[in-house]
Amino acid sequence: MKSSEITLKCHKIIGGYGEGEALVSHEPICFYLTDPKTGVVRERSHELAGKNLASKVLVFPSGKASSVVQIDGLFKLASHNVAPKALIVKDVETVLVVSAFLVKVPLVDRLEKDPFEIIRTGDFVKVDAEKCRVTIARK
Amino acid sequence: MYLTKEEERILAGEFGEGTEKALELLVAIGDAYDAEKMIPISRAHAASSGQEGDLYFVELLANGGARCKVPTSTNPVYDIEYFDKLFDVPKDEGEVARRVMDAYKRVGAILSWSCVPYLAENIPLYGETVAFSESSATPYVNSVIGARTNREAAQSALAAGVIGKAPEYGLLIRENRKGTHLVKVEAILKDEFDYTLLGYYVGKRIGYGIPVLKGISRQPSTEEFINFCAMSNVSGAISMFYMPGFTVEASTVEEAFQGDVPKDKITVTDHELRQACDELQTTSGGIDFVMLGCPHYTLKQLGDVARLLNGKKIHDGVSFWVCTSATAKVLAERNGHVGVIEKAGGHVVVDTCIDEPCWIAYKDKVGITDSPKCAYYRRFKEAMVARLQDCVEAAIRGRWG
Repeated sequence: MKSSEITLKCHKIIGGYGEGEALVSHEPICFYLTDPKTGVVRERSHELAGKNLASKVLVFPSGKASSVVQIDGLFKLASHNVAPKALIVKDVETVLVVSAFLVKVPLVDRLEKDPFEIIRTGDFVKVDAEKCRVTIARK
Repeated sequence: MYLTKEEERILAGEFGEGTEKALELLVAIGDAYDAEKMIPISRAHAASSGQEGDLYFVELLANGGARCKVPTSTNPVYDIEYFDKLFDVPKDEGEVARRVMDAYKRVGAILSWSCVPYLAENIPLYGETVAFSESSATPYVNSVIGARTNREAAQSALAAGVIGKAPEYGLLIRENRKGTHLVKVEAILKDEFDYTLLGYYVGKRIGYGIPVLKGISRQPSTEEFINFCAMSNVSGAISMFYMPGFTVEASTVEEAFQGDVPKDKITVTDHELRQACDELQTTSGGIDFVMLGCPHYTLKQLGDVARLLNGKKIHDGVSFWVCTSATAKVLAERNGHVGVIEKAGGHVVVDTCIDEPCWIAYKDKVGITDSPKCAYYRRFKEAMVARLQDCVEAAIRGRWG
């Protein structure tokens, strides 16, 4: 099957470039509830339970949990080199901005189309926050 | 976002890397919320925590030469020298705490190490624009005092303290401060613990929003407000609330909603509070410790503990801890409260919080606290939640229930 590629405009919050396989979560994410050494989601009732965030482009609605645990959670993933490569969100809040800022992972929102309709887990996604552009390739 | 000439020069690094990074973070937050500009703030409270993410940012600023431009207080960490004598705190954890405290000092923060700085060390006034992180601090400052703050993270509050400005969005704008949920309080609120349960229940039911509480029949005390604020942010995310007649910004329910209709209405009776209390009872039997002061106990509460313990002896197998601020402890010593508590076998400890690695000795222990927030951190095997009087009685008997 031929691969298709589309490019969407987005809104930059934390700049930079990151690419990788997409991992889509319809539920909010708490980075503290992942294994800091591997990036595997440990929150038992979560739809991503057992899935690995490491080096993925993470598509999710929003963050959750207290600022201290959320920030520390992503920071620990990054210090073990298993943080996501980029973050695409729907509803951003202060704590998520701080978390992404500290680990220098690009964070974007407001894609010109609903990311949950366009992006599927396994797609190859390039997030160029500086150019406000997200490119999605499907095999 | 519109930036002034001076802000552009800060971002270009002309005032050092620390200041540059602080503003860079604030601009990113402003971009996220479509803030039009930065506005001056008069003070900040950074919810320092002694964890690695905290350490990274405060060292980035301190090593980059940043200094706080407005009074910026700090949250509890812990005094490693004090705890090293008592427990085997892991070396690497202790080192993080030491470096965090040193970096906040270098950045020129107020070394309050208190989670209730709005009572003594860093007090906003009505109408001030500030940047206060910490779960009880954000709603207390917005609602009880009537200053304006967003729900900040430790890092965004510190950055705002360094720049002396915050991006203008959210609760800094009047229209965003209107009530979202109407809470009819039919329960009879007798004491501080009832406000703990009320906060816990309201946070759980509403999740995220600005509740307007109707039916509060008497002036809540400072401690009752603190408990409501802290606990509603354990079970939910309540950055502001109204109790018309007792909080400052709206004198009526209608005014609190700014003419809008509530998104939802809930009713709280004695039954809901009892249920909330039952939900927090996980076990009963022998206890190893009692943990009080989450949030930090006030001078008044240290006096309450002293009265309850006066002439009594804490059970041999029970460690009894009260966390407070350095400021409150000085006065409690002068008033004789600390002496009474220590004579009974208890400890009054400053600068720390139960959510710190210094309490590692209780990891597999069972205890009791008057704070659902303290129980929530899961630093113990099990922590039951009860009224202060019951906690003290359990301390004396060595068991609960």
